[in-house]
Order: sequence, then structure tokens, then C-alpha cells
Amino acid sequence: MENILEVKGLTMDFGGLRAVDSVDLYVKPKEIVALIGPNGAGKTTFFNCVTGIYTPTKGDILVSSNSGSAVRINGFKPNRVTERGLGRTFQNIRLFPNMTVLENVMIGKHCRLSAKILGALFRDKKTRAEELKAAQECYTILEKLGLEKACDELASNLPYGDQRKLEIARALATEPKMLLLDEPAAGMNPQETVELTHLIRRIRDTEQIAILLIEHDMKLVMNLSERIYVMDHGQKIADGTPLDIRNNPEVIKAYLGEDIDA
Amino acid sequence: MTQEILKSLKAAIWFMFLTFPIMVIKVNTVYKTIEWRWMNMVFIGVGIFVGSFVWRWLLNRKDNPTVKKDHVPVSTRIQSYLAENPMAKRALQGVLLAALLCFPIFMNAYQINIFTVALMYIILGLGLNIVVGLAGLLDLGYVAFYAVGAYTYALLNTNFGMSFWVVLPIGGALAAIFGILLGFPVLRLRGDYLAIVTLGFGEIIRLVLENWNDFSHGPSGIAGIDKPDFFGLELSLNQMTDAIYYMMVAFTIITIFFVGRLQNSRIGRAWLALREDEIACQAMGIGRTRTKLMAFALGATWAGLMGVVFAAKTSFINPASFTFLESAIILSIVVLGGMGSIPGVILGALIMILLPEYMRSFSEYRMIIFGGAMVLMMVFRPQGLVSNFRRKYSFHGVDERLGG
Repeated sequence: MENILEVKGLTMDFGGLRAVDSVDLYVKPKEIVALIGPNGAGKTTFFNCVTGIYTPTKGDILVSSNSGSAVRINGFKPNRVTERGLGRTFQNIRLFPNMTVLENVMIGKHCRLSAKILGALFRDKKTRAEELKAAQECYTILEKLGLEKACDELASNLPYGDQRKLEIARALATEPKMLLLDEPAAGMNPQETVELTHLIRRIRDTEQIAILLIEHDMKLVMNLSERIYVMDHGQKIADGTPLDIRNNPEVIKAYLGEDIDA
Repeated sequence: MTQEILKSLKAAIWFMFLTFPIMVIKVNTVYKTIEWRWMNMVFIGVGIFVGSFVWRWLLNRKDNPTVKKDHVPVSTRIQSYLAENPMAKRALQGVLLAALLCFPIFMNAYQINIFTVALMYIILGLGLNIVVGLAGLLDLGYVAFYAVGAYTYALLNTNFGMSFWVVLPIGGALAAIFGILLGFPVLRLRGDYLAIVTLGFGEIIRLVLENWNDFSHGPSGIAGIDKPDFFGLELSLNQMTDAIYYMMVAFTIITIFFVGRLQNSRIGRAWLALREDEIACQAMGIGRTRTKLMAFALGATWAGLMGVVFAAKTSFINPASFTFLESAIILSIVVLGGMGSIPGVILGALIMILLPEYMRSFSEYRMIIFGGAMVLMMVFRPQGLVSNFRRKYSFHGVDERLGG
């Protein structure tokens, strides 16, 4: 499979409500793709289906494995999805507030480490080496995001913008092939948003990973993404390059409403 | 200020009115007269007035702290000092160990016994701390695992004559299995719901032991359990007390050592993350099932081990030793000391076990004092006596710091 993620006909029903209605989407390696749409369009539900927090009603979610074949991850537990190489952040920040910044990132490393109970109790050479390596790698990730000075702070003491960055750092620590960012710029001022744009692009370039993001800030979306999917009322209404999307009448209608005298 | 006085005055009058029938009127049934004890009313009035005033003042001080926001609590300062000065830490550990080892030389058997019990509760507290403090799973039936351990030794010893040291690991392992058995059905539960189910589990174990006469001899319990055997030595009663005390000191040190290591390991971090945010924790690649079961099993192991020790120490057990009150005491130790903090749990256990013991001279008042102290604690310091302290990493000389 050449695509890193391929979603076919994804449908999610909550009782009688169809939150996501047969959406197709694919992401190629090292691509930045945006998923946009008005509030309540089903973007976050789509994310939650892909990352295993919800089990979709219908459809296929395929992720390319290391050997190149596609694996269907419908109904996988979230931690299994993360092991398959999809790391995510949350729209409303979900850090571990009473743990230090470094520990937060080391939680992301969890699924790439192997220490068991006996290793923890007796702290043998292998466990020590593994812990040391993990701590150093996590510190390097913090350095990349400019958070290394705060590494012993409790996560809850970080300023808002840094908490967003820490979420990205934590997701990066899971060694993802693709990063799913749920409104990374929410609540940031224009200056911070510009910085974030650079940061996301830099992450893609240095880590060589794909990025799928949900965002409302159109400037960021248009600047950053190579392809855009637009959702409205649970359905995909358009996809294409930023230029296509900007001029797509369907999209304009979804965002601004229908012209009365048309 | 006048408002405060007025409020306290109101409280005082209200209490004088409320307690009037029981504190003032006394009917003497022999002489058929009524005594009016007006002085009592004055005492109550003044007492409530002062009490209410102090209470309000303390609450006010708590809500408008005069200290700065970035004030570091004393316990955290001590802990970070010790973390940064390994020499001071070693010295403190040495002094404490020496004190513990010399203790039986200066004290009588009664004191040693109390201390042995306190050490047992330290270990129970540390075990429950894994489940409640680290993994954040409120377990109200912890004593069930303690009972499993105790009955394992009692039954295997009285029926098959198995020795203490053989049963000790069996008791621990059996308790761990029960921990997993409890863990499976409650995987999806959190908070209040989890508390109710674990409470029920604790009661089920106790009721089974109470009613299954053929198996556990019911409420009359099992007597004549062998004391632990120390290298085949013939020990007098006092020597046995000392021996069990030293054994408990060793167990406590081992437990502190292991729990400390667990806390700062990959698994310990996963527990903390589970406590902080379950969804984020799963999305970061931590298996919920595994992590939760591990917490239940490991927490239960320590309770099982202590159960075996308890049965061997008292040489008689019955289901009355494993009531909900026992779970509540162990939980109070963890909450009072500070959830997730090892020094906190140790301090909590010492206070919870030694204080009521040494307050025996106040006899009937001790439980009131004790209850009052608990309430004050929860109002003014709900996070526990010792604040949680997280390990800091140093990246200047990474190699020497991370090993320890």
C-alpha cells in the first residue's frame, strides 16, 4: 500500500444520529493534509474513529504496516492503533497535569519500551539502559520543540501555548508514521499560530512523517496543507489543493450559507 | 470582624438551644426532682462561640493565604533537598534504620507489638497506595486480599502443616490472583462505581469466610496457627516478639525499596498516566487492561503477604478481623499521608495506628479526638500530609543521575 492511511466509506452512528457518513480519505507518506469543516461537521468524530476511541459502524480504516501491506484497524483499541504508528493530540488539551513535562513525553514512549515488572523491581542493566535511552530521546524531542528548559516542571504549570506543544511532543514520542493534530492552533494568538505553522512543517521535514490536521484557522490551513478535505454534516463535500478548495462553491456555501437570491 | 462575632454568637445561641434538653435538664428518677444545670449551658455557649470563631478564622486563612503563590510546602522542600543531597539521604536512612534496630532493646514487649502492627500497616498502606495513589483506582475492599493471605496460611498450616516461609509466597500469589479476578469485571468502572463494586467484593469474601463452616470454620475462626519458624530455633514468647519485629523491619525495607522502584519505572509512569487521564493514556499507547490488572495484582500481593504474617503473628484468625473498617483504616492511611507518596504513607500509618494506641489513656474520648482530627485534615489539607514529589532528571551528567 503506498498510502500511509486509507479510509474507505467510514460511517459512524450514535443511535439515530449519523455523525460521519461514508467518508473516504487517504494520506500519502510525508504529506500534510487538512480536514476542515464548520462546527459539528464530524471532524473530531472522524479522528476518534481512526484512533480507536470509537469503533466505526461501517467502513474500512487501513494503515500500511512496516512490511508494506495494509492492516485494517477497525475496532482496534487506541493503544494498538498508536502502536501501528498513528500518534494524536486532542482538541481540549489532555496532558497528565501532575506529571513532569519529561514524564509526559516518556508516557508517549511507553509502547516502544519493553520493561516488565521484574525489570522494574530489580532494575537490571537492560532496564536501566532502556530507561536512560528513553529519557534522552524524550529530552531530544523536547529540545526540538523548545521545551527542554521546562522539563522538570509539572505539565499543569506550563503556559497554554507550551501545553499545546507538549501534546505534540508527547505524540511524537510514540514514534508515529503519521501525526493527527486536532485543532493545534485553537486558542493561540496570530503570532503563536505563525510559529506553529513553521513548527509543524519542520516536524514533517525532520521526522519524515505525514500529518493530518483539523483546524479552523484558514490562514494556517491554506499555508500549510498540500491537500484539504472538507466535511459538512458528516459528509465529505470536497477535496483538493488549497486553491481548489478556496474556489469551490460547495465549500463556500457550507461556510457562509446559501445566497438567498441565487 | 463584627460580622464574624455576630455569626459565632448566633451559632453559640443555636447550640445552647439545641443542647438544652440534654445538657441542662436532668430528671432525677429516685427523688422525682428536676435538676437545672445552668452552668452547662454557659459552658456550651462559650465553647461553641470560641470554637466557631476559630473555625471561621482558619477557613478564612485557608481561602486567602498570606503566603505567596509559589510557596513550596515544607515536605516538598525536604524531599527535594534529600533528592539533591544523596549523602544527607543516606545519613537519614542510616539513623532511621539504627533507631528501628535498637528499638526492642529499650522497649517492652507491648511497645514492640504495637510497632510491629504499625509496620504491617505501613506495608498494607504501601500496597494500597499502588492501587489508589498511583493508578487512581478507589478500592474499598482491599482487606479481602489481606483475608485471602491470612486464611491461606491458616488453612495450609492447620490442615497440612506447611511452614510459614513456604506459604508466604503462596499467600502473595493467591492474593494476586484474586486481585486479577476482581480486576476483570471492574475494568470499565471508575470512581464511585468502582468503589461500590470493590466494597461489595470485600464483603463477599468476608461473608463466605463467615458462612462456609466446613472450609473456614465460620465465625469461630481458626486457632492454633503456628508462629513463624526462624531457622528452627526454640524461641521464648519475648524472643518471638522480637524476631517478628525484626522480620517486619526487613519486610518494610524491602517493600519501600520495591515500591519506590515501581513508582519510577515504565509501569509506574503508566499507572500515573492512567490516574491522570484515562483516554489520553490509552491514546498514547498504554494498554488499559494490562495496566489496571497489574495495579490490582501487585497491590493485592502485598496485602496477601501481610495476611500470612498476620495469621502467623496472632496465631488465631476469624472473619471479624477483616471487616470494612479495616479497609477504611488502610485507605485513611493512604489518603491522610498523601496519595502516591511513600514517606506520606509511612507517616500516615504511624499516625493512624500509633495515635489511637497511645491515646488509650483518654479511653472513651480517643475516637472522638481521632475523628475530629480526620475531619480537620480533610478540610485544611485534603492533599495529605506529604505532597507528592516527582523525580527530576538532570541532563548535565545524565549517566550518574539516572542510574539511582
